[in-house]
Amino acid sequence: MTDAAVHAVNPGIGGEVRLSGRKICKSFGPAQVLFDVSIDLHAGEVHALLGENGAGKSTLVKILSGYHEPTEGGLVLDGAEVSFADSEAGEGHGVILIHQELNLAEQLTVEENIFLGREIKRGWFLDKTAMRAEAQRLLEQLQCDVDPRTRIRDLSVSDRQMVEIAKALSKKADILILDEPTAVLTGREVEILFDQIRRLREQGVAILYISHKLDEIKAIADRVTVLRDGRHIVTEPVVDLSKDDMARLMVGRDIKQMFPHRVSDTSAPIVLSVRDLSVPGQVRDASFNLHKGEVLGFAGIVGAGRTALMEAIIGLRERSSGTIERNGAPVRIASLQDAKNSGIAYLTKDRKGSGLLLNMDMRPNLTLLALEKFGRVIVDRKAEEAALEKAIEAFDIRAADRKAKVGDFSGGNQQKLLLAKVMETDPDIVIIDEPTRGIDIGTKSQIYHFIGDLTDRGKSVILLSSEMPEMLGLSDRIAVMAAGRITGILEGNDRNEHEIMRHATGISGQEGVSVHE
Amino acid sequence: MSSLERRAASASSRFSIDFKALGPFLALVVLFVLGTAINDAFLSGGNLSNIFTRAAFIGIIAVGATFVITAGGIDLSVGSMAAFISGAMIVVMNTLVETLGPGLETVLIGIVVSIILGIGAGAVNGLVSTKGKIEAFIVTLGTMGIYRSLVTYMADGGTLSLDFEVRGTYRPVYYGELLGIPVPVLVFLAVAIAGYVLLNMTPFGRKCFAIGSNEQVARYSAIHVDRVKTMTYVIQGLCVSIATIIYVPRLGSASSSTGVLWELEAIAAVIIGGTMLKGGYGRIWGTVVGAIMLTTIGNILNLTDAISNYLNGAVQGLIIIVAVFLQRGDWRRKKSK
Repeated sequence: MTDAAVHAVNPGIGGEVRLSGRKICKSFGPAQVLFDVSIDLHAGEVHALLGENGAGKSTLVKILSGYHEPTEGGLVLDGAEVSFADSEAGEGHGVILIHQELNLAEQLTVEENIFLGREIKRGWFLDKTAMRAEAQRLLEQLQCDVDPRTRIRDLSVSDRQMVEIAKALSKKADILILDEPTAVLTGREVEILFDQIRRLREQGVAILYISHKLDEIKAIADRVTVLRDGRHIVTEPVVDLSKDDMARLMVGRDIKQMFPHRVSDTSAPIVLSVRDLSVPGQVRDASFNLHKGEVLGFAGIVGAGRTALMEAIIGLRERSSGTIERNGAPVRIASLQDAKNSGIAYLTKDRKGSGLLLNMDMRPNLTLLALEKFGRVIVDRKAEEAALEKAIEAFDIRAADRKAKVGDFSGGNQQKLLLAKVMETDPDIVIIDEPTRGIDIGTKSQIYHFIGDLTDRGKSVILLSSEMPEMLGLSDRIAVMAAGRITGILEGNDRNEHEIMRHATGISGQEGVSVHE
Repeated sequence: MSSLERRAASASSRFSIDFKALGPFLALVVLFVLGTAINDAFLSGGNLSNIFTRAAFIGIIAVGATFVITAGGIDLSVGSMAAFISGAMIVVMNTLVETLGPGLETVLIGIVVSIILGIGAGAVNGLVSTKGKIEAFIVTLGTMGIYRSLVTYMADGGTLSLDFEVRGTYRPVYYGELLGIPVPVLVFLAVAIAGYVLLNMTPFGRKCFAIGSNEQVARYSAIHVDRVKTMTYVIQGLCVSIATIIYVPRLGSASSSTGVLWELEAIAAVIIGGTMLKGGYGRIWGTVVGAIMLTTIGNILNLTDAISNYLNGAVQGLIIIVAVFLQRGDWRRKKSK
């Protein structure tokens, strides 16, 4: 978060109440997930909704926007009781929810998506010119440099998010609900989004903003409501709560230490050495060393080539040049199998798309990567169950039911399971890509401590993250990438946000590589 | 989703899985009760043995199809493949009669040829779709036409007939019995058991499930996706060849109309059995029951005058749709989910 954003807090609390939830209870079958929750959304105000995964935030906003019906309690819109039969009815009243998982038709263009189901027509035919002009106007308003004729599948995730917001704007949303909109956005895009949110607030739109990121809530919200275990804990003006207060209210206890205490030792032997690795169009001449017991951070803006570099190292991506050495000896890694045999493991950032089989339960997910360990001819289910037992214990996976599908798990439990899955191969080097995306603060801290445990046991970790606090809080050294190159490896006091940004934007770090060894 | 919500969701999914597991068996029981009510002869040993023997062809092919579909693929070429392999076997055996005579050697070489062709044809389907990155639907639609026209060509548009004396040697493979059970039924049982073990108990089977659920996750789990997928088509080809081996002695002939629509019956058996067409979940025993159900429907229609036998296809089609609808379980779920 930049200083500008922090200073732009609007201390004024907004106008009249637009939409209220009154004593909302919600049960799914026998399980109650919301207990008497009330919330008021004021015109011209950004109201933040804060809570751990599983606190009931998503259920609450789905009720407010008509996706679910409350079991008890009701909604009041502009002083009159309403009930939305479905989300369309909600949108008809100007209540629009932008989901965490984007809902865009991948094969359609940007403009077709923005006007999906509400196409502008002239007579019997679509008025493509009008739609394009309007789409163009909305995107420009969002400072989003995307051609309305581009297909969604060709867009980056952050551009897709902007398209979703443009779509909501085009629906004349006057009560806008954003469910973790910044999870996939880069710092600059977050700024643009916040500018838009502020602009909408000035126009009198009531905004409900869900996020895990306390910095963001400090920066953008006027009022905050904290939910915990389906119950309303507090609603206060943001200025009256410190970040520590919010974290404590959310978790219900003090988080003593967010990051593990680690001792870095740069004289430890080098376990992995990458030299002049290139991936056509993505990475150029990347070189770095990784020491035993070290956390090496990789920072950079989205598209800088960090993930491409890591996928090339583990054999999931074709590389055009480069050598890899393990403990001083060159190794040939042409497939993920090779990487596994070399003791290198990779945790994908896309845990739903590439990490876990969402339609299956925990056991097959846990053992999939290390399946040969559980029998080459017949899979030993007892051994699998025993491994699952151990993993649940070691990684504190909180699943109500062993047989539940992994897709129904909270993000935190999915991430813990993914970590457990990768650790089944007993790697010496663990590459972790965005370990805490979309995860609540309590689980985040747990994952940081797991990483600390790994290095304490002599394993080495490469950490890719766009969250500055965890990058700074965990890494011994930080490699920064910009446009496919490693522009610098920061050590000691150079590991600060300012230096990272200078290198990530290409202000610092010359052609070639400045490897500080 | 909250933990409570999750518990609720898992409770409902557990219920539907139970339904999935038992559904096809219950449906088969209903069919048998219906059959007995319609005609006492239904439960006679002869009739039952007839049902199971006929179910064996489609059933064996469907066991192979369960692998392909579980791993997210589809094979439309199996009917044509069966016709082609039948034709090739007959041509080879008829040619060998001149040198080896109509004895066991001739039949054995015919069987070996069948197995080689089945594995080869399956490998073609698998390699073209994985290495060529062409959708399996398109590839097997293509090979379906190719195999079909090859058998027409070999038969010169007519019918290929197996040498009369070889038929005598080969006959027990279809008409024979062991411990009172027809040979095709025993082969069906053996294929089903082998299929069950392979799909449910081995790393290979687990990989099929993983690939069918999400290929990307499989790739990120160090699974050689192309290799495993190709293997499923090879298994399919092998199953077709086994089905053909017991089919040829039944009629002793092959023509361009051999095996027509078998691919659809096999896929139907797989789907009725609870395997998901989009992949990721497969059940061999369900497939076995599905194949028996399809044959039983035809059999019951033969035994009754209430519905014309010509409506067999309509009844089968109806049952397929109802079976899938029931298995999905959505029909009992409330809106608020």
